[in-house]
Amino acid sequence: MRAALFVTCVNDALYPRTGIAVVRLLERLGVTVDFPAAQTCCGQPQYNTGYRHEAEPLVRRTAEAFAGHPYVVTPSGSCAAMIREHYPRIGRRAAAEGRGGELAALARELAPRVYELTEFLVDVLGVTDVGAYFPHTVTYHPSCHGLRGLGLGDRPRRLLTAVRGLELVELPGAEECCGFGGTFAVKNPDVSAAMGTDKTAAAAATGARVLCGADNSCLAHLDGLLRRARSPLRTLHLAEILAATEEEPLS
Amino acid sequence: MSGTYLGMPAFPEAAREAVRDGVLRANLRHATHTIRGKRALAVAELADWDRLRAAGRAVKDHTLRHLDRYLLQLEAAVTAAGGTVHWAADAEEANRIVTELVLATGERELVKVKSMATQEIGLNEALQAAGITAYETDLAELIVQLGHDRPSHILVPAIHRNRGEIRDIFRTEMGRWGRPAPEPLGDDPRELAEAARLHLREKFLRAEVAVSGANFMVAETGTMVVLESEGNGRMCLTLPETLISVVGVEKVVPTFRDLEIFLQTLPRSSTAERMNPYTTMWTGTTDGDGPSAFHLVLLDNGRTDTLADPVGRQALRCIRCSACLNVCPVYERAGGHAYGSVYPGPIGAILSPQLRGTADAIDASLPYASTLCGACYEVCPVAIDIPEVLLHLRERVAQGGPVTRDGIRVRIRPAHGHTAERAAMRAARLLLGHPGALRAGERLLARARRLRPRRLPGPGRAWTDSRELPAVPAESFRDWWAREREACR
Repeated sequence: MRAALFVTCVNDALYPRTGIAVVRLLERLGVTVDFPAAQTCCGQPQYNTGYRHEAEPLVRRTAEAFAGHPYVVTPSGSCAAMIREHYPRIGRRAAAEGRGGELAALARELAPRVYELTEFLVDVLGVTDVGAYFPHTVTYHPSCHGLRGLGLGDRPRRLLTAVRGLELVELPGAEECCGFGGTFAVKNPDVSAAMGTDKTAAAAATGARVLCGADNSCLAHLDGLLRRARSPLRTLHLAEILAATEEEPLS
Repeated sequence: MSGTYLGMPAFPEAAREAVRDGVLRANLRHATHTIRGKRALAVAELADWDRLRAAGRAVKDHTLRHLDRYLLQLEAAVTAAGGTVHWAADAEEANRIVTELVLATGERELVKVKSMATQEIGLNEALQAAGITAYETDLAELIVQLGHDRPSHILVPAIHRNRGEIRDIFRTEMGRWGRPAPEPLGDDPRELAEAARLHLREKFLRAEVAVSGANFMVAETGTMVVLESEGNGRMCLTLPETLISVVGVEKVVPTFRDLEIFLQTLPRSSTAERMNPYTTMWTGTTDGDGPSAFHLVLLDNGRTDTLADPVGRQALRCIRCSACLNVCPVYERAGGHAYGSVYPGPIGAILSPQLRGTADAIDASLPYASTLCGACYEVCPVAIDIPEVLLHLRERVAQGGPVTRDGIRVRIRPAHGHTAERAAMRAARLLLGHPGALRAGERLLARARRLRPRRLPGPGRAWTDSRELPAVPAESFRDWWAREREACR
């Protein structure tokens, strides 16, 4: 089995540990990982802020970078949702506005080949116990795009509960948005921080040591609030927990 | 729409005040979480909810597609039943029609059934200017009116008020409008409701004219439908001699049988009730029973222009249940007033900038008053893809584009104040268009990683005011991959 990794721009620049964890995890499960170097960003920041025209070249770049790869795996529910849900729409709009049908074909063709990490593990590889070891109390925040956009359901929880040593505690109000929302975090900083503070307070009250998520952009927002408040609670991407083993624990 | 809200600050500033108001946040949190939980239970009771939702959407879409035909059918049916139909292109025309109708009766006061359409056009203010006093009879609307306040929720206009605040408003204001509140008055909900009942009873028995909206209009029979919880509406709809209903053109449904869907989905979505306590239907006039004169004012006010937009038109499916407000985490923190419109919350964020345009700062900010979390779409009983419309309107704000105004297709320019953002988006795209440039940028960032400031200047301050910046790693993933994986191949 071969899979191409779409690491996402946020992970590439700020959270390489997550990308490295995905590579180690997939290789441990017998997957050969490719990293097409032409990839950059899926265009979500532009598209979600209203700059569809600025997003189009990135849609094209991403679709071309992953052409020919039957499986594209990404450790971000929000970038996966962007490609699956919005790429075909962006392609159709571009074609309707007379910028050729080529982008529409590229976008439409990529969408079904993209898998969020937990989907790839559970649906394609058919595993829930990935052989991980993480002896800590963890609470899980399902980010909105994974939860409602992709319909990840209980896949992340099933993966977490199969981790040896890990105690999963339920996060009250888990399905509520954390308040990140891309540029919402800076366009509406007060509401964003208020939502995030309620989320981190709920997470801290569970007594967990780790607040786990599957989207580093949401975690960057929550982690920023936690560290500003000098909270001992730390945030961690799901991939890093799943990559941790007794032989190679999380450093 | 009404000029009442013009001059409101844009959403982020208005929301800042609300976020800092601890009482308001506690009131909103309590109210929205309670109704949210109840709605989920009420909806879960119906095994065919998804099919009801799909049917509601289909009926609405079909009606909107043939709106011209159904409105003419409705006009014929209402006229045949003894009513009079008036067409109002905008708020001004609607207000003028209603004012003239009231003046013609010789009355100078009227009772009102809670109605979003009349708030949208600012009818009470227009009537006041003509020397006519309109008394709101819905309990929450009464609280808002007595408190010289503005509604902050579609269904529960006084959701931002707690019991103590309501008691204080009743004590100080009721006497100026009619029967004073009984003394002593506590803050027990039953006591407060009784005070309102006594106060309003006088109004109902005296009123000769009533103004209402309608939840639905049935084209084949000319029937108007109002769903309510308190019975105040039924008093207004049956006691006075003249009834004037102001209804948005999108409220029409083709047949009586179509109500079957909405009489199930609306109460469960709005008040979490299996059935609302009062459903009143009226068709024209009947001798010796109910009002002897019935006028229907069909309100456009930007609706057919909205209908011309293939993405945005789905907002016209809205049945005003307010489930999207109750589930929205942004509404919960910001409150309804921050939206600067009679339609707050997620539906307001897509409806107001379509009905009013995006020229005003508040309207341009509304499509951004969402994290796109999708909870609103999930609960909408007519499946309005609110996040999709938000994105569509963001594009209109940021890049401009084609819109229909007064039936004419025009291309609008981007809203003011997006120059710096547009430049940043363009710069980011150029950087991201070249992996080599991105790699160089990441290395530059890594080299400066120890300089990580606690506060950023300019727009970055919006992040660092409340949050730490993420730590910059010594090496990007791209560089790690090149070193670890490519080197050994």
